[in-house]
Amino acid sequence: MNKDAVLDSSVLMQLYHRQMLVRLTEEEIAKRYPEGKMRCPVHLCTGQDAVSAAVGCALKPDDLCVSTHRSHGHYIGKGGDIKRMLAEIYGKAGGCSSGKGGSMHLVDRSVGYIGSTAIVGNTIPVGVGLGLSIKLKGSHQVSCVFFGDGAVEEGAFFEAANFAVLRGLPVLFLCENNFFSVYSPLRVRQPEGRKIHEMVRGLGLKAEDGDGNDIVEVYTKTKNAIDYIRSNSAPYFLEFYTYRWREHCGPFFDNNLGYRSEQEYLEWKERDPVELYRRRLVEQHQVDPKKLEQIDSSIMREIEAAFEFADASPFPEEGELYTQVFADSQGGVK
Amino acid sequence: MNRKITFAQAVNEAIGQAMQRDRSVICFGLGADDPKGVFGTTLGLQKQFGPERVFDTPTSENGMTGIGVGAALNGIRPVMTHQRLDFFLLAMDQLVNNAAKWHYMFGGNGNVPITIRLILGRGWGQGPTHSQNLQSWFAHIPGLKVVAPASAADAKGLLLASIFDNNPVVFLEQRWLHNMEGEVPEQFYTTPLGEAQLLQSGADITIVSHSFMSVEAVRAANILKSHGIHCDVIDLRTLAPLDWNTISTSVQKTGRLMALDTSHSFCSYAAEIVARASEQHYTKFKAAPRRIALPDVPAPTSMALTKNFYPSAREICEAALQMVGKSVKIDAKLFETGSPHDVPGPWFKGPF
Ligand SMILES: Cc1ncc(C[n+]2csc(CCOP(=O)(O)OP(=O)(O)O)c2C)c(N)n1
Repeated sequence: MNKDAVLDSSVLMQLYHRQMLVRLTEEEIAKRYPEGKMRCPVHLCTGQDAVSAAVGCALKPDDLCVSTHRSHGHYIGKGGDIKRMLAEIYGKAGGCSSGKGGSMHLVDRSVGYIGSTAIVGNTIPVGVGLGLSIKLKGSHQVSCVFFGDGAVEEGAFFEAANFAVLRGLPVLFLCENNFFSVYSPLRVRQPEGRKIHEMVRGLGLKAEDGDGNDIVEVYTKTKNAIDYIRSNSAPYFLEFYTYRWREHCGPFFDNNLGYRSEQEYLEWKERDPVELYRRRLVEQHQVDPKKLEQIDSSIMREIEAAFEFADASPFPEEGELYTQVFADSQGGVK
Repeated sequence: MNRKITFAQAVNEAIGQAMQRDRSVICFGLGADDPKGVFGTTLGLQKQFGPERVFDTPTSENGMTGIGVGAALNGIRPVMTHQRLDFFLLAMDQLVNNAAKWHYMFGGNGNVPITIRLILGRGWGQGPTHSQNLQSWFAHIPGLKVVAPASAADAKGLLLASIFDNNPVVFLEQRWLHNMEGEVPEQFYTTPLGEAQLLQSGADITIVSHSFMSVEAVRAANILKSHGIHCDVIDLRTLAPLDWNTISTSVQKTGRLMALDTSHSFCSYAAEIVARASEQHYTKFKAAPRRIALPDVPAPTSMALTKNFYPSAREICEAALQMVGKSVKIDAKLFETGSPHDVPGPWFKGPF
């Protein structure tokens, strides 16, 4: 009955490591944000860490990925360089987008992370377009598109999903349903009783839901979905239920505003994906808690070094304002 | 002497008074009823007028704009709200192909009295997709009215005029204006669309401005005055229809035109002003007309890169000195605002 039995211990430990990397990085950003050095909006994913980590581990490094405003976890999960992510948030020249894009525009093409953008629903068609390019090139990759429950309300979602089904594109639609779009609960945005993954079946998408706070479940379901995509040349839709702990945008907590209850937050916090997994490793897999602590502290050292790098890095030169508006047009003609 | 309220409170009061006066006025948009009330501009409205008339929406800008257009065609006066202009770009089809053209393309059968409030971001790393000021796109479209107030009193009067106008109006609110206070009459009043306001008068230079740049223009004009240079500062208030008369009269008087813009220089609103003045008054010019606008690159995020991105009173003063051929050194202290360049003042704590 042990559903983790299928996972070998190196995967289990990779999941642990990746999830802690997401969690501890986000929490360190939250801690340091009030210093006023990260001068751009940040949308932290604490509480949703399991999805980021598990999907990132399930994808191969050369699989492609696009994401949203809430993308730190997706970037880290996919194996993106934390130093360059933090330098970007600090507005530094060494940032992954040269300081031009900030927290909402991350990129690390070396690990297939093509980009995250800040307009809701905006990268869904882009991810489908990456799927089209994969099919045209016959390269057997998968294009993973991260988005939230709010994004399926945009027309672009339906238009892109329709095309992905129509053309059998290798696209993983990865919906993190955290029940809110900023302060707006699902019930004022989508009809009561509707399930997103059920609705999209009507578009012809193979679809499934799952517990987004259970990292093993997310990993297993994502692996299955990716296998399905690769072997059937068809897209797949996964909806994972999870919860954002902190305010929509910024480092603090905002349950005091009254758009959701403290009680609801505490119930989700009870199901902290990090704690759940730690317990599971110790209790079901006899992992020594000391070993986990060692991992935590080595991750923490890595994160601190990344912050030091970001903080100490130089700002872009003034003239950089004018660079990169256009790509070099040489070599376009074949 | 009127009481003082902020620009955001003035917007809030205008919507409230419009809804009170006319049951056909409704107010909706993402977060219209949220606890922060879209930077305070919609606070309390749902409580006062109920969830049928004030409501949150799905994240569906294009569809919801079309729904607003449809309702407007049948006698409703929707006031639609977007936290950023950038998010509204999804709805350009409904705005441009339907709202702007309906009255014309059906030979006067039907009209679209919708008001679309768009907030323009700036500062704290809002960056390439959270701080665009695309007024020239809107002003370019025949059939759209475009309003861009610079003061709390105008925010109220112009918003009320927009809501009760029988045409689609794009109403642009610069985020940095929201917390600025001004005297605002308590009663209902409308400020006519298409009438500019002369904020200062002087015989040397005509400064044409709108929205937040009018704040910089007045600062600059005050500094210039102390150096013996006197400006007409024209706050357009409405970008379409344009109050050409006021500009024309002033340019003929001063022979010097500086057009300010909150967006990129190329194909900008300021470019239109300069072009038109050049066509009509080129014999009157004593100096080449100038545009003061953003450089033609996307807004970057890093504060190191935005340092010289937004022109301010300093650039206006420098240009003015060149135009009148004076070389005085203006004390740099006069340009200091007391805040880092990427925030409007100590009230702004980020992140959005
Ligand atoms: C087109 C568009 N509309 C509105 C916004 C403002 N906005 C930023 S994030 C967000 C919430 C979207 O909710 P969801 O997609 O569920 O993602 P979550 O924030 O919950 O991760 C909204 C409405 C935007 N960025 N783009």
